[in-house]
Amino acid sequence: MEEKCLVTENIQYSYNQNHVFRFPDILCGKGEHLLITGQSGCGKTTLLHLIAGLLRPDNGAVYVKGKDTTRLKNKSLDRHRGREIGIVFQSPHFIKSLTAEENLLMPAYLNRLTVDKAWLDNLFDTLNITHCRNSRTNEMSQGELQRLSIARAVINKPSLILADEPTSSLDDGNCQEAISLLRSQSEKLQAALLIVTHDRRLIPAFSRIIHLES
Amino acid sequence: MNIIQFNYKQIKSRPLSSALNVILFATGITIISLVFLLKDSFENQLDKNAGDIGLVVGAKGSPLQLILSGIYHVDYPTGNIDYAEAMELSRNPLIKQAIPLALGDNYKSFRIAGTNTAYPALYKGRLRAGKLWQKDFEVTIGSKVASKTGLTIGDTFAGVHGLSAEPDHVHEDMLYTVTGIFEETTTVLDQLILTNVESVWAIHADEHDEHDEHDEHDGDEDHEHDHAEKPKEITTLLIQYQNPMGAITLPRLINTSTNMQAASPAQEINRLYALLGVGIQALTYISGFIILISALSIFISLLSSLKERKYELALIRVMGGGRLRLFSYLILEGISFAVLGYIAGFVISRAAMFFLSSYTDTNFNYTLQGWVALTDVYLLVASLGIGVVAAMIPAIKAMNTNISKTLNQ
Repeated sequence: MEEKCLVTENIQYSYNQNHVFRFPDILCGKGEHLLITGQSGCGKTTLLHLIAGLLRPDNGAVYVKGKDTTRLKNKSLDRHRGREIGIVFQSPHFIKSLTAEENLLMPAYLNRLTVDKAWLDNLFDTLNITHCRNSRTNEMSQGELQRLSIARAVINKPSLILADEPTSSLDDGNCQEAISLLRSQSEKLQAALLIVTHDRRLIPAFSRIIHLES
Repeated sequence: MNIIQFNYKQIKSRPLSSALNVILFATGITIISLVFLLKDSFENQLDKNAGDIGLVVGAKGSPLQLILSGIYHVDYPTGNIDYAEAMELSRNPLIKQAIPLALGDNYKSFRIAGTNTAYPALYKGRLRAGKLWQKDFEVTIGSKVASKTGLTIGDTFAGVHGLSAEPDHVHEDMLYTVTGIFEETTTVLDQLILTNVESVWAIHADEHDEHDEHDEHDGDEDHEHDHAEKPKEITTLLIQYQNPMGAITLPRLINTSTNMQAASPAQEINRLYALLGVGIQALTYISGFIILISALSIFISLLSSLKERKYELALIRVMGGGRLRLFSYLILEGISFAVLGYIAGFVISRAAMFFLSSYTDTNFNYTLQGWVALTDVYLLVASLGIGVVAAMIPAIKAMNTNISKTLNQ
């Protein structure tokens, strides 16, 4: 059987005793797209953090590229996340003291990976941010920042791309653009793409949707 | 981009608080390091110039003044002593060697000292050129005298009455001739013009009537040139003991049974250190306090920057940076402030030392020496330690940041 990019089994997480999240199992293969929707407070972001290894589940297992991340030690978990998972957040945050290009190279640097110059140029080019290469991130527009954060998520050629409300702060035009870029990049890299959102504008674009109940 | 470059960019992105940290730290280091340098240089000069002189005999007055004028040639003499009496004293069996010193004139603020050849031997003075003085009015000059005045062998010059360079009475009728120049010894020898005692007497023998003492030394009644009515006089007698017994009996013998005064350089220097020690201690405490404040400033600025950078730190974790990496980023920032402050302090203290040295050079003919000391190494190590300690708590906080929570805010 082909190795899946993401498999979750019976994951559970509780912030306190009265409030336990139980999540449906997820299976996502190479180049597949999955949309997870639900009301606020239904645990969408929690699920994303569990998958990314930013939180550890109370129960269950998360396999990213065949490796159970819940069993990894802190250091290996950070390393595994850095190499295999790219994450796009709702509001794009960057390191202020660095330029756009330096920010983009940060994930590679942190994981001691080298970035092929052609790949870097290609990213700047396809995401249409070449003109901001040497700008500080506070000089860039919201749309440019979101495109830069997509570039940052894929720079290490991960096998799983996670996006947390990537479009909620964008207007319709930028929203469509961001989604199509996420899809095209994940297809190019043959990576699984998982988006959690409450943005109804995205629903028509996805065939696989999981709706979380609160 | 490596960790150092990243660190540099982070520091540069907060220029004001970074500058404050560095300036505070540099201030503390400057003071402490300058105090150590001056103290070392000062003690070094005092010890070196004391040579093997066990006792200085001169006219009654302040013992410290006697030492300062007799050995270091900074203060004015306490007065003169009778040459015959001094010679008689020097025959004491407890004395190995007694060197007479007759002061009175200067040339361009360099003192002309009438003495014998044992004096340069005291400082292991070797000739760079020429020979020692042999006849009256021949002089051998120290290396600094040569370089500052441009005198060379064969040159003649007239001494100026008194010990400071202010134009006073110039002994134009009797000229000195340079016969030799000493090599540099980094002692007081470098700044003296040596001749025999007889020349000093000859110059002052007939002048007594011409002018009364104008006075450089405060209020002393018996001046160094009061030798019109013949008993010949000298300013001081430098004594080397034959054996340690001398140190016990001689000073008391001289102080009680003659109208001369004996002062021990070791004792007077210790007294001087004790006086200065209070000041040095106070400055050391002040600079220590400033360094402490600067450590606090580094601590606070890192802690407050942590708040505004929380998201950045979480991002670094998300992108695969481990907890240890965040820890090392913060520690490195603390160390950077301390090291930059140390470097600035090092440079500023050397600059201050340079200016002070040129000041003492023009005013006292002394050059301060010693540009690096072992204490610099201790200070560097201490600075690194302070940087690490100041950054420790912020670094631990950064390491333990809950990423998931931070990202949700």
